[in-house]
Amino acid sequence: MSGSEAGVNLPALTVALSQVVVLVVLSPLVIGLMRTVRARLEGRVGGGLGQPFRDVRKLLAKEPIRAKGTSWLSVAGPLVLMASSLVVCALMPLLGTVTFDRMPDDLFVVVSVLLLGTVAVALVGLDAGTAFGGMGSSRHMTIAALVEPTVLLAVYALSIPVGSSVLSRIVAARLEDPTSVFSPVSLLALLALAIAVVAETGRLPVDNPATHLELTMVHEAMVLESSGRDLAWLELGSWLRLGALLGLLATLLAPWGVVTEVSAPGLLLAALALSVKLTVAATLLATVEVFVAKVRLFRVPELLAGSFVLAFLAVTASYLVAPG
Amino acid sequence: MSESMYAQLVGLCAAVLLLCAVLIVWRRSLHGQIRLLAAQGWGLGVLVAVLGIHEGDGQLMIVAVLVLALKGIVLPRVLTRATVTDNGDLREETPLINTTASLILVALLMMLAYLVSRPVQALGSTPPVAAVPVGMAVTLFGFLVLSTRRHAVSQLIGFLLLDNGIGTIAFLTAGGVPLVVELGVSLDVLLVVLILQVLTSRIRAEFGGADLDDLTELRD
Repeated sequence: MSGSEAGVNLPALTVALSQVVVLVVLSPLVIGLMRTVRARLEGRVGGGLGQPFRDVRKLLAKEPIRAKGTSWLSVAGPLVLMASSLVVCALMPLLGTVTFDRMPDDLFVVVSVLLLGTVAVALVGLDAGTAFGGMGSSRHMTIAALVEPTVLLAVYALSIPVGSSVLSRIVAARLEDPTSVFSPVSLLALLALAIAVVAETGRLPVDNPATHLELTMVHEAMVLESSGRDLAWLELGSWLRLGALLGLLATLLAPWGVVTEVSAPGLLLAALALSVKLTVAATLLATVEVFVAKVRLFRVPELLAGSFVLAFLAVTASYLVAPG
Repeated sequence: MSESMYAQLVGLCAAVLLLCAVLIVWRRSLHGQIRLLAAQGWGLGVLVAVLGIHEGDGQLMIVAVLVLALKGIVLPRVLTRATVTDNGDLREETPLINTTASLILVALLMMLAYLVSRPVQALGSTPPVAAVPVGMAVTLFGFLVLSTRRHAVSQLIGFLLLDNGIGTIAFLTAGGVPLVVELGVSLDVLLVVLILQVLTSRIRAEFGGADLDDLTELRD
């Protein structure tokens, strides 16, 4: 926090930038890994780890074709999603717990930036005026409205023992006292957060990321009208969100490797630790996805109400461990 | 065992009990509910063992083994046998109130449990006393399951949830009951479950289903 008088907080900037770089590299690999794991478990060969990279490179080279009558939202939406995802990547305490003084990685800041991206995608879906796009956006907003309270409540529960809603303080506190990971509050909150993250990033059982069946798609329905660069930004933006949220979950569960003081070897080690955590988390998620079916849309509120209740119980349980 | 580790273990066991209870309200498949009930039985057994080790009470350890065997192994087995003959009908039909509503009720009941157990919590701030609301909540969830489910086996699960809750409160507040009383209570529960299992299979043999909502009228 020493550099704040000079105007630029150099350590925090280093951490934020390296997080962005690392996640931009890792997130497509995570997606590739998940697809490969899924393909192998289903007896297919799959496209390989680098396929999402190749997809994005191909899409970036293509000019976007927009439907007649679309407004500036179709142009701005993908960029807003990408920008918000990059900000989320920069803010999350994935590599280091050093944070900006002016804009700390506060829980409410992170959730609002996430919501900004969510709204941008929903507007892109609505803009072209197609039936599927509107349907997808409507579903997406319904799910988002149910997920956000759970995310807030779950992280709030984690923040009570620490006494601060800044994510890096929570991670730092966990680094100091690793046994607190296995406290009831943390277990309940992490379970709730895991369900919320799965819903937020549109994975099974809430949304099937591989489907193009019109009645079931949520995310795919919104990006149906986008092409070329627009589609590349939309895809990369949502992958970054998945990477950042999965990373947050893994970091909260296993905070080891995250640096508290900035140094080059430390950051390198943290990046390595993060990639290991993401690999494990992605493999687990993909394996679970093979065994579950997408739930009916009308059962989604049930799932999210369940995770909300778990988060609520986590909040109440935080008074259970530390009475008074 | 150090004090902080003791507090953490008690908290963890309480969380397992609570989590299993919530998931029982959430799940619809009977087999899933029975597995969760077994997990809760293990949680309760471990909790009793932790209390026993902390107080150096040998009798409590015997009770822990008893609880573990009965609630973690025997009762789930009996319940599974009650559902095995049920061909295909392993899912609870829609409960009287839907799952979303019952989950929200669970949150409200949890608050109620905290309010109700405030006098008990005023007694002290040891880890077991702090965990008493969990026992209260599990009891209330048991009532909820008992009163909103239609399937006979589901209601049986609700009854056992209620019993687990009462057991939890007893162990947390009084450090358990004498071995003889515990034996008596356990045998009682076992007998009740066995009788209800026989009754359920009789109902099924007689009417072809175990949905208790169909049994509202007396006929000759």
